Amino acid sequence: MSTHTERSREPAIRVQNIEKSYKELHVLKGVEFEVARGSIFALLGSNGAGKTTVVKILSTLLKADAGSASVNGFDVATQAGDVRESISLTGQFAAVDEVLTGRENLVLVARLRHLNNPGRIADDLLARFSLTEAGGRKAATYSGGMRRRLDIAMSLIGNPPVIFLDEPTTGLDPEARIEVWDAVKELAQGGTTVLLTTQYLDEAEQLADRIAILHQGRIIVNDTLAELRKLLPPAEIEYVEKQPSLEDVFFAVVGSDGAVGTSRTANGVGPSNTTSNDAAGADK
Amino acid sequence: MSKHFFGDTAVLTGRSLSHIMRSPDTIITTAVTPIALMLMFVYVFGGAIETGTSSYVNYLLPGILLITIASGIAYTAYRLFLDMQGGIFERFQSMPIARSAVLWGHVLTSLVANLVSIVIVVLVALLMGFRSGAGVLAWLAVAGLLVMFTLALTWLAVIAGLSAKTVDGASAFSYPLIFLPFVSSAFVPTETMPGPVRWFAENQPVTSIVDAIRDLLAQQPVGSDVWVALAWCVGILAIAFGVAMSTYRRKIS
Repeated sequence: MSTHTERSREPAIRVQNIEKSYKELHVLKGVEFEVARGSIFALLGSNGAGKTTVVKILSTLLKADAGSASVNGFDVATQAGDVRESISLTGQFAAVDEVLTGRENLVLVARLRHLNNPGRIADDLLARFSLTEAGGRKAATYSGGMRRRLDIAMSLIGNPPVIFLDEPTTGLDPEARIEVWDAVKELAQGGTTVLLTTQYLDEAEQLADRIAILHQGRIIVNDTLAELRKLLPPAEIEYVEKQPSLEDVFFAVVGSDGAVGTSRTANGVGPSNTTSNDAAGADK
Repeated sequence: MSKHFFGDTAVLTGRSLSHIMRSPDTIITTAVTPIALMLMFVYVFGGAIETGTSSYVNYLLPGILLITIASGIAYTAYRLFLDMQGGIFERFQSMPIARSAVLWGHVLTSLVANLVSIVIVVLVALLMGFRSGAGVLAWLAVAGLLVMFTLALTWLAVIAGLSAKTVDGASAFSYPLIFLPFVSSAFVPTETMPGPVRWFAENQPVTSIVDAIRDLLAQQPVGSDVWVALAWCVGILAIAFGVAMSTYRRKIS
């Protein structure tokens, strides 16, 4: 009992001085950070910065050369089995079985997590991710956004307390991206700790409670968005003619059912609920 | 061994079996080449081949079955390679499952798929006049040898699937295995071959396996062939299994 309470007081993820090299390439040179339980933590970095390497070490797919890391209170090197019980990984390339249907994919993961009632778990998740109608189709026929939604749904099975999302929106169109954002927000509301990697600043801005920037093998910044903003030079007021961005144009043309050109907020994100419904409708 | 080893293996075997059910062409193409070879050898070359037996299709079938298995396991390497390429492999590895179940799922699927191909080939051989008066025990012995041979080659295929860099590489390793029966007693008696070729043919695994199966089906005394055949299968299986497992461990650690 006492170990349980100790565990729940610990941060969900603790990374201490992790180093990793691939041959001569020294990718991680002492990475350190902590992720509080129930928060969304964004690891921001350019291509090749080592974000995926960090995720692979934390999900027990790779071993660090030096340093230590724990997930849900378990050491990733010595208690790998317990770590795997505590996590779900959604990789950079949607890890779904293309030959199986969406529903079969969910049932497969539920079985491998040794849960009772895999069929009901699958049906619940299909409904939650607006995939009920597509559930009987092969995953190969899904759009990029649907596939990623299925991927995230698979990660939720068994309610693991920690979820890793490695570049969850890379290669998705704007609508699908917002669908994924909504799914991630919903996750964190349910108390799940989310570590997501991204190369998009706006994605970190939209989702994360805390943002860390991984650059040249080290975490160079780790703070909340508000604090990060303070690092910037003070705002200057300029008057600029607002040209619609390509994203504004995209949403204006695609629009919500029949209402082409309805007002969208200037940053192109808008009320996310309507957007996700639209997108689900468009998939059918 | 993890407590979920058997359950996880069953689930993952079910998964890759359903892949095969949805593209049965892999079983059909596995069976087509050996059937074509059998047709050609029986109806084109067969008349000119002196085997000392009355029915050439009876003589030929054991070798054809080994060719069927050798081409069937190329798909095992291929399917494993595709899993390794896609994110699904990492998903499995990051889940609380028995880690070797991922391989065993493919191995058992390979066994089932190859047995189905073998049954298809045997049925065609029956249409072409293959007959055997062998009893249940002899048939069981034949089945046992074929299962051991399939397992041995399947674990070789696992090594190929784990270490291949390209799709072509994953299946190309099977070509030499498919041709091995040609330099054996599978199609013609080894006595007609020139010295060094004959020596190779008589001392490579296919000849002993083919001879053992042929004698079992023809109700002849099998002699030591069956033990030599079994020794080859077990030996290849043990080495391939060891190498495959250590390759796998290196891959996932």
